[in-house]
Amino acid sequence: MIVETRYVRFDSLPLDCGATLAPVDVAYETYGELNADKSNAILILHAFTGDAHAAGISRETGQPGWWDSMIGPGKAFDTDKYFVMCTNVLGGCRGTTGPSSINPATGKPYALEFPVITQADMVRLQKKFVDYLGIERLLAVAGGSMGAMQALQWAVDYPDAIASAIPIAGTWRHSAQQIAFNEVGRQAIMADPDWNEGNYYGGRPPARGLAVARMIGHITYMSDESMREKFGRRLRGKESFGFHFDIDFEVESYLRYRGTKFVDRFDANSYLYITKAMDYFDITNGRGSLVAALEKVTARFLVISFTSDWLYPSYQSQEIVNALRSLNRDVTYCELTSNYGHDAFLVDVAEQTEVVRGFLASTFREIQRRGTRRAIGPVPAVS
Amino acid sequence: MAVEDRTAAEDLRPMGPAQPLHRGPFVRELLGRSDYAIISELIEENSRVLDLGCGDGELLAWLAENKGVEARGIEINVSKVKQAIARGVSVYQGDIDQGLTDYPEQAFDYVILSQTLQETRRPLQVLREMLRVGRHAIVAFPNFGHWKVRLAHLVTGRAPKTRLFPYEWYDSPNIHFLTVKDFEELAAREGWRIERRICLAGHHTVAFLANLFAEVAVFMICCPEPRPGARRL
Repeated sequence: MIVETRYVRFDSLPLDCGATLAPVDVAYETYGELNADKSNAILILHAFTGDAHAAGISRETGQPGWWDSMIGPGKAFDTDKYFVMCTNVLGGCRGTTGPSSINPATGKPYALEFPVITQADMVRLQKKFVDYLGIERLLAVAGGSMGAMQALQWAVDYPDAIASAIPIAGTWRHSAQQIAFNEVGRQAIMADPDWNEGNYYGGRPPARGLAVARMIGHITYMSDESMREKFGRRLRGKESFGFHFDIDFEVESYLRYRGTKFVDRFDANSYLYITKAMDYFDITNGRGSLVAALEKVTARFLVISFTSDWLYPSYQSQEIVNALRSLNRDVTYCELTSNYGHDAFLVDVAEQTEVVRGFLASTFREIQRRGTRRAIGPVPAVS
Repeated sequence: MAVEDRTAAEDLRPMGPAQPLHRGPFVRELLGRSDYAIISELIEENSRVLDLGCGDGELLAWLAENKGVEARGIEINVSKVKQAIARGVSVYQGDIDQGLTDYPEQAFDYVILSQTLQETRRPLQVLREMLRVGRHAIVAFPNFGHWKVRLAHLVTGRAPKTRLFPYEWYDSPNIHFLTVKDFEELAAREGWRIERRICLAGHHTVAFLANLFAEVAVFMICCPEPRPGARRL
């Protein structure tokens, strides 16, 4: 499946902070075919550093999408049955408007002139995109990590626009620990002299700071077990310690490699803005309890967490599930067994596939059934 | 084969005077289980049903498909949860002993607990919770008062091991042993109304000396009036 990222421009987008962004570009990809009554559309919501290229092989780079193991013909999000879309988030650096985009007012990149955004702002833009495609009601919104936060935001902000939501390895509010790790990442970037108060475009980017931020991130995405299995105390290309501060251990080499690679594809200011948007995330914002915040939810839910995920531990998913149960909403929950930590939703997909496939099939079946019931009366001619 | 054509429903009349035969009418199987057949006959169409320990969701999927019920389940075993989801059943992976607290009162028409009561840590609490979240509780359990169990205990002097209780004492999931009589006494003490009692031996209902001859008992109970202090939220 060869795919291409496409772009669409919207005139403006009002933001939670009070500002209005104009214009706003959205990078997106779609897979599969939208059916006649537009009832088979699924919006995939990417995690922090993801992008619109969720599946297939990019015509441009030759790289597979970040969730290619989950999206495609016969996969969990089966593109033979469903029309699957993914957009790059607001504030990102992969085609959708963000701090590295040109500010029309100055003709230069926004940098820190870019307004501070929230998950709700990102979802508002996604809703604009879905409206643009003329889809009234999505079969599902689905995503892991930050994508899970957005799935929840969709269910609360646009209850009529989704039939189901699949938040995976997520939370309903960022915890102190999650904010703390993000803050360390931001400090690493801002401590790099090349950051230059965000004005590095056209010059040297804060590569060292961004790489350190990414290294910290990677540690939180793995687990003690997965690191022990993957690296242990193995030395990198040597039999004994080097007695220096170059690379001794495999794990050091891996983190440095990941950090350096990340710099090539990610903008440091986007890192600041998107982590801030995660830290601001609390679905109860001004609405009191979680149960009260979820009162408007009508979507069917599939909530998934992973046993070894310590960054977004299962209890955070369970709190969402229990609040929905106390509201008597239709919610399915399972905690899948995995050693891969938070990364499990990206790499440990066998069980996740079974669960998502079954959930989507029964949700789709139910929609079709209700659709037929509603359509009783004059039967439209079949061409 | 005329006997076999009778459905379980015909035997679901309220308890009447004991009949001279201990073998009642033949009970059909549903999904290979006669307790499922009984349960499905008890449940009204288009009702809201919660199955505790729903396993792979077989019964719930059947009820959803054939009786149009809104089906929910709780199951602790993750591989069974996966199978239940694959069948399209909405299931919560959790423990029955704690799993009910989040549901609001009377959220369901029926709460089913099939062959699991004897495995719960706090059976009484589970039963009370079932009646808090559901209008009716349907409980099926193996009868520890069955004559073979009694005989096995008497003759061998060891923890009984029968077809009904096939486990060694050290690896049995059963941690509470109860009889038909025990359950009825508890119901009386708690003030529950027994709406139906169906006792089964193989594929037949038992009408005579049920506590001696029933292998499995299915009770449908309700709470005539909300018990004070039942609300725990």
